[in-house]
Amino acid sequence: MNKVVANAAEACKGIQDGMTLMVGGFGLCGIPESSIAELVKLGVKDITCISNNAGVDDFGLGLLLQGKQIKKMISSYVGENDEFERQMLSGELQVELIPQGTLAERCRATGAGIPAFYTPAGFGTEVAEGKETREFSGKMHVLEKAFDPDFAIVKAWKGDTNGNLIFKATARNFNPMMAMAGKITIAEVEELVPAGHLDPNAIHTAGIFVQRIFQGEGYEKRIEQLTVRTKN
Amino acid sequence: MALDKNGIAQRIAQELRDGWYVNLGIGIPTLVANYIPEGIEVEFQSENGILGMGPFPFEGEEDADLINAGKQTITAMEGAVYFDSATSFAMIRGKHVQLTVLGAMEVSEKGDIANWKIPGKMVKGMGGAMDLVASADNIIVAMMHANKKGKSKLLKECTLPLTGVGCVKKIVTNLAVLDVLPEGGFKLCERAPGVMVEEIQAVTEGRLVVEGDVPEMQFGLESVS
Repeated sequence: MNKVVANAAEACKGIQDGMTLMVGGFGLCGIPESSIAELVKLGVKDITCISNNAGVDDFGLGLLLQGKQIKKMISSYVGENDEFERQMLSGELQVELIPQGTLAERCRATGAGIPAFYTPAGFGTEVAEGKETREFSGKMHVLEKAFDPDFAIVKAWKGDTNGNLIFKATARNFNPMMAMAGKITIAEVEELVPAGHLDPNAIHTAGIFVQRIFQGEGYEKRIEQLTVRTKN
Repeated sequence: MALDKNGIAQRIAQELRDGWYVNLGIGIPTLVANYIPEGIEVEFQSENGILGMGPFPFEGEEDADLINAGKQTITAMEGAVYFDSATSFAMIRGKHVQLTVLGAMEVSEKGDIANWKIPGKMVKGMGGAMDLVASADNIIVAMMHANKKGKSKLLKECTLPLTGVGCVKKIVTNLAVLDVLPEGGFKLCERAPGVMVEEIQAVTEGRLVVEGDVPEMQFGLESVS
């Protein structure tokens, strides 16, 4: 089934003010750069954004923060972003911080038809406040619920016209679970090939989870923390 | 003499066992990878989705698609594998990772740990720390014994918001190796070379249990750098 759309503008059609969006990536690794640029252009506001991080000041989701397009961020870690800090401390931006494994599993549950699950993470901490808890095998667990996103936006390395996706290295991170979770899932890829050109054994995300796919352009792939060793 | 960060990492590395999968947190824990004892094989897991994490890349060989949980560029060892975040935390919650080493702001004598939030200051988030401490059977905390103001980080009760409850079993500081006792309290197991029990007692606010002569840490032939 052909899922191809022409570009980011086509892919982002229907995204409106007040919607909930899942955005893949870990830090700046594996983020849908083309779609984020399109969201900036669209100027959609009051977005609830589910993403592990919030980008940096001038890249990634930080670009949406600059334009005050995000109403609420649901993340596990949001450091390294001054504008985020300013908006959070001034109360302009709502922030819900949740454990990273819980975030990943909530995304997976969303796409897998599981309304809620128990996890040990966060028991006895403020994360568990107001949530049901229950003992299993002598250990306490917290009930965590699936999300309800309107769109999921993911980035893959290669994709085919059927929407099958292959991710590269640690740029996979949250992308496969978020792809499963969107009512409409947008996948942008570095390389788009005809169906049949990817080895079915190597595909990470099945095209059934993807509604729109396009080849992004001009990937900057910015590195957040460049760490190297010297040859001697 | 009190250990520096590398010394703490070197002592923790002695806890590694052949065949273990190990998750190292950001900061001092990352340094543990530099001191793997000879003759044993361990694989490092980074929760953003790699098993078999290697050292930093050579200059010019960095790959934006290959980072660790601290968002630093890394390399992959031969035989490494990449996976998604849900699978990564299945490894962690499912107890497939044998050892977790992480830093802390405070640890209580009951094994509670606080390392993610200082109220009134910028809150960055817990990342994967809550999943790690809630699940791992074997958690070693790597930290300085006291904070920069000289105040003990080994407390009766944590004062900061908790990351996990009753989960820490072992702590390695610049001054000592301590076990958290099941009934509560820090059992002093080893002293840093030349550090007296009294010095450790002076910066341990929680109950310190000292039984008999407490040995000094041994670093074999290699020196503490």
